[in-house]
Amino acid sequence: MSFFNPENLEKAQILVGLYPDKRSALIPLCHLAQSQHGHLSNEAMVEIAELVGVQPAEVYGTASFYDMLHTEEVGKYLVGVCTNVACLLSGGQELLEHASDVLGIPPGATTEDGKFTLEEVECVAHCDKAPCAQVNYRYFGPLTNGDFDQLVDDLKSDRLSDSVPPHGVLSRVFRDAPPMVPLEIIHQERRVMDEAKKARLAAQNPDAGGKQ
Amino acid sequence: MSTDESQNLVTLSIDGREIKAKGGELLIEAAEKSGVFIPRFCYHNRLPQVGVCRMCLVEVKGPRGFSLQPSCYLPVSEGMEVITQSEKVKKAQDGVLEFLLINHPLDCPTCDKGGECPLQDQTLTYGPGESRFAEEKRHWEKPIAISELVFLDRERCIQCDRCTRFADVVAGDALIEFIGRGDHTEVNVFPDRPFSSYFSGNTVQICPVGALTAAPYRFKARPWDLSQVESSCMACSMGCRIMVQSSQNGLTRYLGLDSDSVNHGWLCDKGRFGFEAINSADRVTSPMIRKGDSFVETSWASALSLIGSKIVDAKASGDPSRIGIMLGSRLTNEDIYAWVKLAKGVIGTDSVDSQLGDGLRGEVIAALPRATVNEAVSAKAVLAFTGDIKEEIPVLFLRLREAIRNGRTKLVTVGTRSSSLDKLSEVSARVTPDQARLLAMEVTKDSSKFPEISAVLSKQGVGADGEGLVVLLGRENLAWDQSIVEAFALELSRSLPKAKFLITLRGSNFSGAVDLGGVPRLLPGRSSLETATPVLRQKWANLPAQGGRGAKEMFNAALRGELDLLFLVGSDPRQDYLDSELANSALDNVGFVVSVDTYLSRSSSSADLVLPAAAFAEKAGTTTNLEGRVFTVNQKVTSPGLCRPDWTIASEIALELEEDLGFGSAEDILDEIAEVSPLHWGLSWHRLTKSAALDGVVVPITATALSIRPRAMLDQISTPGIASVWNQGLPSSKTSYFDDGTIEEPGSASQPPAQASVASVEPIWPVAPVQPLGTMRLGYSRKLYGQGEHLMNSPHLSKLIVEAKCRISSKTAKELGAEMGDSLRVADKAGGESLFELEIDDSVGDGIVELIRGSFSNPGFSPVRSDEAVNYVKVERA
Ligand code: SF4
Ligand code: SF4
Ligand code: FES
Ligand code: FES
Repeated sequence: MSFFNPENLEKAQILVGLYPDKRSALIPLCHLAQSQHGHLSNEAMVEIAELVGVQPAEVYGTASFYDMLHTEEVGKYLVGVCTNVACLLSGGQELLEHASDVLGIPPGATTEDGKFTLEEVECVAHCDKAPCAQVNYRYFGPLTNGDFDQLVDDLKSDRLSDSVPPHGVLSRVFRDAPPMVPLEIIHQERRVMDEAKKARLAAQNPDAGGKQ
Repeated sequence: MSTDESQNLVTLSIDGREIKAKGGELLIEAAEKSGVFIPRFCYHNRLPQVGVCRMCLVEVKGPRGFSLQPSCYLPVSEGMEVITQSEKVKKAQDGVLEFLLINHPLDCPTCDKGGECPLQDQTLTYGPGESRFAEEKRHWEKPIAISELVFLDRERCIQCDRCTRFADVVAGDALIEFIGRGDHTEVNVFPDRPFSSYFSGNTVQICPVGALTAAPYRFKARPWDLSQVESSCMACSMGCRIMVQSSQNGLTRYLGLDSDSVNHGWLCDKGRFGFEAINSADRVTSPMIRKGDSFVETSWASALSLIGSKIVDAKASGDPSRIGIMLGSRLTNEDIYAWVKLAKGVIGTDSVDSQLGDGLRGEVIAALPRATVNEAVSAKAVLAFTGDIKEEIPVLFLRLREAIRNGRTKLVTVGTRSSSLDKLSEVSARVTPDQARLLAMEVTKDSSKFPEISAVLSKQGVGADGEGLVVLLGRENLAWDQSIVEAFALELSRSLPKAKFLITLRGSNFSGAVDLGGVPRLLPGRSSLETATPVLRQKWANLPAQGGRGAKEMFNAALRGELDLLFLVGSDPRQDYLDSELANSALDNVGFVVSVDTYLSRSSSSADLVLPAAAFAEKAGTTTNLEGRVFTVNQKVTSPGLCRPDWTIASEIALELEEDLGFGSAEDILDEIAEVSPLHWGLSWHRLTKSAALDGVVVPITATALSIRPRAMLDQISTPGIASVWNQGLPSSKTSYFDDGTIEEPGSASQPPAQASVASVEPIWPVAPVQPLGTMRLGYSRKLYGQGEHLMNSPHLSKLIVEAKCRISSKTAKELGAEMGDSLRVADKAGGESLFELEIDDSVGDGIVELIRGSFSNPGFSPVRSDEAVNYVKVERA
């Protein structure tokens, strides 16, 4: 029994093959798992650990470090309202409070129907459209309370499903992964690069070995 | 400015004082060696540095003047100027400690670490004394059990990364990790995946606060109530150096000592927590004699005189070999010597064995050139043909793992089964006995049938004569007769005369037993019955006329009714002998069985007479580890009841026979050993307790062994539990608790004895039976937490004892039509059957069924037969 569905399992294997060190694929795999399941379940973390050859605790440790990786269930739509300086000055705090009222949950919580999770976020670089919000990392702003109500309504009735995919889906267009490069070739290339670097340094600094 | 080129020394100044240090050495270490202690939390001498706690900030001069830098992360360099005590440094230390204490619960009064806590001590010495933090601290659920053995209190954690680094880098079990970020950071395990590492206790030992505590020690004692003595663990053949601590005549804990040659400060959990068994209420405390189906207590005097008359009776038949002795792994060198002297010097029987079918012939061990652990981990290449050392000699596994990880050596494994070594190996080859033979003869030849192995060896520069190769030799598969392993080793040693061998049998002091005649046909100093020295002949008046029986032959003799009297001295064949069928029926058939034991084991509970023995830490003596290193074991507590050290029991029995073994203390025995055994010349209690020899001396003592290095420094923050007891509360900036020293030259008499050569022992390859139709080859092995009195009597370790297991590859499973979790019926040669839950594991070779020893659903099931060179079993779905 595998967590990844067959299609994602294949993607996962391609991702693993992309890196000379398997564990480098850890974070990309976490995103892949979230796109399949909305969040990182324990089952998903165990499978990622197997795929990249580490312990589940190491996947958990990494995943729990990053805000965009969720080890607990989140709603289909993750709504983040910014309250950092630019947004704060333009009413971000009030927008957050309004969002909380409309959705009926405090920041950090998920609605009972599993549709929305509300988050307070720091500057997300959308200051020119302050006060702003993100839904599954898609930008909306500037937002009045009315705009926000409209947004929630659109989301509820799936009118935005084209531009806002369910939580976890970062990108719906995947580049064509290049063919897996055999490790020997990667090592070979790295060796050549290292040699070249050494030669370069030696040329720059003929009496290398002394104090740098 | 002067650089001492030859030693790569650099000169730097610390607080205005010029010192010399090795180039590239960390500043914190260089300072410490020069007597300047820099406070630290995350730095640990046996872990890679991470520089996360910032406690070690000092001022270092750079191009823009002095700036604060972490001394644990900065290598020394020529002309470096360092200030460790200044306003700026003090302010940094104040700041770091104030921050660390912001979220610290300060529950020292109820904390196990209180009194030996680096956070307490360093706060007192370097801290601000006051906090400005008035807000709410963060809260976590108070201690959570992250395994059966370890509790974690996240409120106390200062996130020094010692435990997590240890688990990942040293043990290779990254089962604990930092979870979260910023002020939400915690150490934790993955949900439902406990910290079940064999090495988990080490994290408790090195945690600089009371965040990690050990279940067996929690709330048992306060550091200032403890006293301690240095000793060597005897739970396996590694002999890790330990500090044995006790309070009120009860053992409280063992801590690992940092011995450069042996354990680097680490212990395995089986060794560390085994002390609980010694405190067990189920110890045998009085001599007991069988009356019908039960035992009644008796006195030492009547027990001994009964034994005396039994010996006289048995000898009256004119054949002393009707008396046999089996020695267990509890015994010190002195115990072994006394019992062997009783057998071979007084009674005149050579039927003494210290192995239970799971070892190797004494003559073979004696003939193979011996490697030390340090030689093994720095060899050009290591060839392992051994049981899984992670399961059998865990700390040796750590040493090897560290060496391989740091590129000091490369490993090749050969065998029938998968093992923890596979992951560390360049090549792991699965072989049959025939292939093993071929490998032994061919390995470095151009025509090698094992091109992958040969390629690794030649790439590593192993000579055609085996120069630079160390072989780890043990019982890779217990379902193969030991003669296969012996023949392999002898053959290999003949084709590669310069290769050295490290014998990786797990029984503690198996090496001492071989060195002291605790096996058939050998005498102390590895001499044979024929080559006994004159002084030995003089002290041992009654040497046997001919070679005696080993365990297997003794059992067979018993079946024929030829064994009248059997002494089991710490030996439990009913539990431990591989062919349990043979052991059980043989023991039922011995005239009189005397068991000298610490618990009522399977064997002693069916003996005729049971004598109570002193356990580890209840007696002093020496032990020899797998590399032939002799070190002291010491007494910390007194035995319960009427228990006696094993060697005194042998002496008393001799007195019953009106013979005097001639010693009154363990020290006397060691002196006699040094007198009669050429291998041990130069040894004495006095020498072994000199500080420079605390890490033991490899015998025979040679000129090179004399330049023994003083023990690695004992940093009070790296092993807090030891230094605090040492100081009993007195803070000290002293960095080494053991003065340097050398041990004096052995006298001229102490020329190392000529080593028995492999040429004198013939490799005899047994004839492997043809595989019977419808059977599968058997792989048989043991786990660290297998059955055994020691584990069963430790309340915490007993929870970890593993069940018998059965594993086959998915291909084999398909052929059987079985799936994971199915019930399998395995039948031994005699038709005895046992049921197993199937595990599928593709690291097991196809066509092999791998059994892990444990308690079988049918006690009569005995898959390994002592008369088979290779064992086969029948397997089917139940
Ligand atoms: S639990 Fe102890 S060793 Fe582990 S990070 Fe925390 S303070 Fe350090
Ligand atoms: S490895 Fe062996 S000697 Fe070391 S602690 Fe473990 S059982 Fe004891
Ligand atoms: S402050 Fe809100 S997006 Fe930058
Ligand atoms: S940063 Fe140097 S000891 Fe922690």
